[in-house]
Amino acid sequence: MKVSSILATKGTDIISIRPEQQIREAIQLLTRHNIGALVVVDENGRLAGIISERDIIRKAAETEALFSLPISAVMTRHVITGMPQDDLMSVANTMTERRFRHLPITDGERLVGMISIGDVLKAQRDKFRGEIDTLETQLMADDE
Amino acid sequence: MSHIGSESNPLRVAIVGAGPAGFYTAEHLFKNRDLVIEIDMYDRLPTPFGLVRAGVAPDHQKIKSVTRVFTKTAENPRFRFFGNVEFGKHLKLADMQAHYHAIVFTTGAQTDRRLNIPGIDLKNSHAATEFVAWYNGHPDYRHLEFDLTQERVAVIGVGNVAVDVARILCRTPEELAQTDIADYALEALRHSRVKEVYMLGRRGPAQAAFTPPEVKELGELADADVYVPPEEAKLDPLSEASLADSADRGTMRKVEIVQSFAGRQPTGKSRRLVLRFLVSPVALIGDENGRVRAMRLVKNELYATEAGTLRPRPTDQYETLDVGLVFRSIGYRGVPLPDVPFNDQWGVILNEKGRVLDPETQQPIPGLYTAGWIKRGPSGVIGTNKPDALETVECLLADVKNGRLLTPANPDAGAILQLVQTRQPYYCTFADWQRLDEMEIRRGQEIGRPRLKFTSVEEMLKALGKM
Ligand SMILES: Cc1cc2nc3c(=O)[nH]c(=O)nc-3n(C[C@H](O)[C@H](O)[C@H](O)COP(=O)(O)OP(=O)(O)OC[C@H]3O[C@@H](n4cnc5c(N)ncnc54)[C@H](O)[C@@H]3O)c2cc1C
Ligand SMILES: NC(=O)c1ccc[n+]([C@@H]2O[C@H](COP(=O)([O-])OP(=O)(O)OC[C@H]3O[C@@H](n4cnc5c(N)ncnc54)[C@H](OP(=O)(O)O)[C@@H]3O)[C@@H](O)[C@H]2O)c1
Repeated sequence: MKVSSILATKGTDIISIRPEQQIREAIQLLTRHNIGALVVVDENGRLAGIISERDIIRKAAETEALFSLPISAVMTRHVITGMPQDDLMSVANTMTERRFRHLPITDGERLVGMISIGDVLKAQRDKFRGEIDTLETQLMADDE
Repeated sequence: MSHIGSESNPLRVAIVGAGPAGFYTAEHLFKNRDLVIEIDMYDRLPTPFGLVRAGVAPDHQKIKSVTRVFTKTAENPRFRFFGNVEFGKHLKLADMQAHYHAIVFTTGAQTDRRLNIPGIDLKNSHAATEFVAWYNGHPDYRHLEFDLTQERVAVIGVGNVAVDVARILCRTPEELAQTDIADYALEALRHSRVKEVYMLGRRGPAQAAFTPPEVKELGELADADVYVPPEEAKLDPLSEASLADSADRGTMRKVEIVQSFAGRQPTGKSRRLVLRFLVSPVALIGDENGRVRAMRLVKNELYATEAGTLRPRPTDQYETLDVGLVFRSIGYRGVPLPDVPFNDQWGVILNEKGRVLDPETQQPIPGLYTAGWIKRGPSGVIGTNKPDALETVECLLADVKNGRLLTPANPDAGAILQLVQTRQPYYCTFADWQRLDEMEIRRGQEIGRPRLKFTSVEEMLKALGKM
């Protein structure tokens, strides 16, 4: 199974923020959409970084002026990205091993979505669940 | 009026597509004890069960028993089946919106992914989707012809569908006669001159999409020897490291099986099935009549993406493989339904967790849902559609609570029945299907086969006395 199968049920809207916007706006977006991270895109729609709850909390421990800081002061710039054709299993391994929870997905230059470790684990669970459900449906059929 | 989901005002749901996703959706809905729910299921074919009938290989009869569970759902008195009724043709979205509180699209993936290489449209180059539908007796594909006078065949891709295609090509007529393969396909394959079948994987054995039981079966064919070039069965260092890292048992098992094939000596069987890895077709080469005569292959090497996936990259080594018949089996693809938003990038209905979205606002369109392959793309086994359908049904039921469904002008079971009768007088009920089913099994028994399928809609309607 590939990353694209996760993106397929996520619409096409990517919740993003610009580097010059303020942390206050990031927090509003994160809560409104109930998500853990935002992609940061520049004026050309290109990926400039990622900002997560953790980045924000870490900064909050440093400074009281958190809310009005620009995103660019807090975001992570070196972002690991994935592609729609990436295999879910290897993505799951990479995310757990290297301890990051969000993976922006790009197709060439274009940002096409973001997946979280939660999405990946759910997809893996559903894959196993599906194999079990196939067997279970067969067993139920034998009872009929 | 009383609330939606009561005895006097039942929740009326249309399900479009009678494959596994459609039936699991119905099953989950009927499990709800708080609401009275009525379901009408539509399919463009007179026969239900989608790919269980028209995709699952005929020599895998056992798995087809899942239809008994689907039949149980269909026997619920609040369920009706309208076969031979196509969404978009006989009934439009607006027709359904006028009669149902909710519509769930479960139409599967009706076509194949393109492979853009020179020569792909030559004669004798086909999509595996067409061959599969043909040997399974899908009415839309029964008229196709495949040139089985060719001795050498290539199957591009190493997913489970590619395995099915290669296996069917390698089976003996005696083996096939034990199955419910379409009668014309059995006849054509009886005269097949195919001697060598090549399955072509662009990555290594560890990345092959087939699953262990399916690939193992290739080593157990009555009259075909299986072989893998040893240098291609061996894992490259990147795959080796990644496998050690993940310690994934399924992958290990798969690699073990492939490697066991590499050591095999030919035992004198009439056919040979060769699994190749780390090769990509770059062009098909035609003869003077525009027919495939060979395939140009490039040898690949693997590299790791940032996210850790091992992907193929062409080297400068090429080879030519003489083949006269080619099947590309690189995946299915969904097609858009009239008036239903589509996400062209992934070939699915535009949706979030099964709620169909308005492309402008990205907000859910009231009353429209989707499940199965047309929701998440063409991957997964029959049972994968069960948790998938559950996610959709949970969204639907939450929307009932929040009053976010359709308010149809005419939510009456009789009214829609009348409309169907005028638009498609030749619609088929589930009872009609059960009669066809009985006839097919009886016709099969007479000649010692599990079933002899009807393969044209006209034939089915005649057998039912409707024409
Ligand atoms: C070749 C092949 C072999 C497979 N073998 C196995 C196997 O051995 N074991 C296993 O577990 N899984 C197998 N699978 C996977 C399994 O078949 C799928 O997971 C499953 O069928 C997908 O279910 P679905 O309901 O989404 O789509 P489908 O099964 O494709 O059902 C879609 C239905 O919608 C109908 N439809 C389409 N358009 C319209 C329209 N406009 N109006 C009305 N109806 C419409 C179609 O006629 C069809 O009946 C196989 C898949 C393929 C392709
Ligand atoms: N017996 C069974 O249980 C059974 C039988 C049939 C089908 N199914 C299920 O049905 C689903 C669909 O099966 P499927 O075989 O159609 O799809 P699949 O499992 O996605 O396999 C597609 C194959 O095509 C290859 N491919 C894709 N693009 C290619 C390209 N451009 N060039 C060369 N190769 C390319 C893929 O390689 P990469 O990985 O490199 O992309 C992969 O090997 C699967 O989930 C399958 O398990 C199950």
